[in-house]
Amino acid sequence: MKKLFLFLPLALFLSISILLYRGLFLDPNRLPSALIGMPFPHFTLPSLDSPSDILSSADVKGRPALVNVWATWCQSCRQEHLMLNKLADQGVVIYGVNYKDVRANAQHLLRTLRNPYRLNIEDASGTLGLDLGVYGAPETFFIDAQGIIREKYVGVIDERVWQEKLAPIYEMLLREVTQ
Amino acid sequence: MNSLVIAIALSLMLLGNSMAAIDAAEFSDDSKYQRFYDLASELRCPKCQNQNIAESSSPIANDLRGEIHRMLSEGQSDEQIIDFMVARYGDFVLYDPRLNSRTVLLWLGPSALLLVGGVVVAVIIRGGRKVRSGTSNELSDAERYRLTDLLQESDRLIEQDT
Repeated sequence: MKKLFLFLPLALFLSISILLYRGLFLDPNRLPSALIGMPFPHFTLPSLDSPSDILSSADVKGRPALVNVWATWCQSCRQEHLMLNKLADQGVVIYGVNYKDVRANAQHLLRTLRNPYRLNIEDASGTLGLDLGVYGAPETFFIDAQGIIREKYVGVIDERVWQEKLAPIYEMLLREVTQ
Repeated sequence: MNSLVIAIALSLMLLGNSMAAIDAAEFSDDSKYQRFYDLASELRCPKCQNQNIAESSSPIANDLRGEIHRMLSEGQSDEQIIDFMVARYGDFVLYDPRLNSRTVLLWLGPSALLLVGGVVVAVIIRGGRKVRSGTSNELSDAERYRLTDLLQESDRLIEQDT
């Protein structure tokens, strides 16, 4: 018993080492979102597609969806755009938040690269982005049918990320609806 | 001496730079500016993670400075402004995180480790003392004979040498 006690510092040292060693491989840019489990923030902003229409949080409620924060000044968003087109073809519901962008540029991009978004919220001043805790596009929020934010992904969604990480989340949200 | 002066001058220039990042904010009185500066210094920029939002020139830090400015002008308290930021960006934005279930390890971990270390040291010291006090300082008969033998032996060797 006494001998075992002598190993306590070693055990402690090893467990702390393992903890810190793991920390070396964590990506410090991945921040947990403070909004997970919270309802999608209220907003009243114009639609990018027809700026005379005003959209509100009621418009993104009702079915599980991806809310993608994007802009034309964001190079990696362009890269992601092709993947979003593909997902939209598969029937994935994607809403867009056009974050601090120039309307004409954004409309032009959607015309040339196709529009994967069911609707696009024009957040020119970044107020919705602020309420969403956005700190860099692209960011994608997963909301359930009740409009609760369930997950957030920061960075470009590509085939691998979708298959491994995000598709299971989206499918889980869809399953919740049918149950 | 000259290089010291240059070093001080250079660091003062750096200081000027970090203040200059707060540009949009103009305040009616100095105490509000001080509060603004204190808040912006204790909030961490979510994008450029090792800078506070007072120092960072990234667009998001600029937006957040604008937000602090707006809220201060509306007369909101420091507490309200910090709550606003935490609600959106999480505990991560605080350079001085609050004590809650998620940060308890961060706050109490080092003291707990120090305590464990202290206990271990105390146990080792007390264990050592017990071993020493357990054996008597008196020599046994056999040891005393051996000691006399050794002393005689060494005396003889010394005599031989001289």
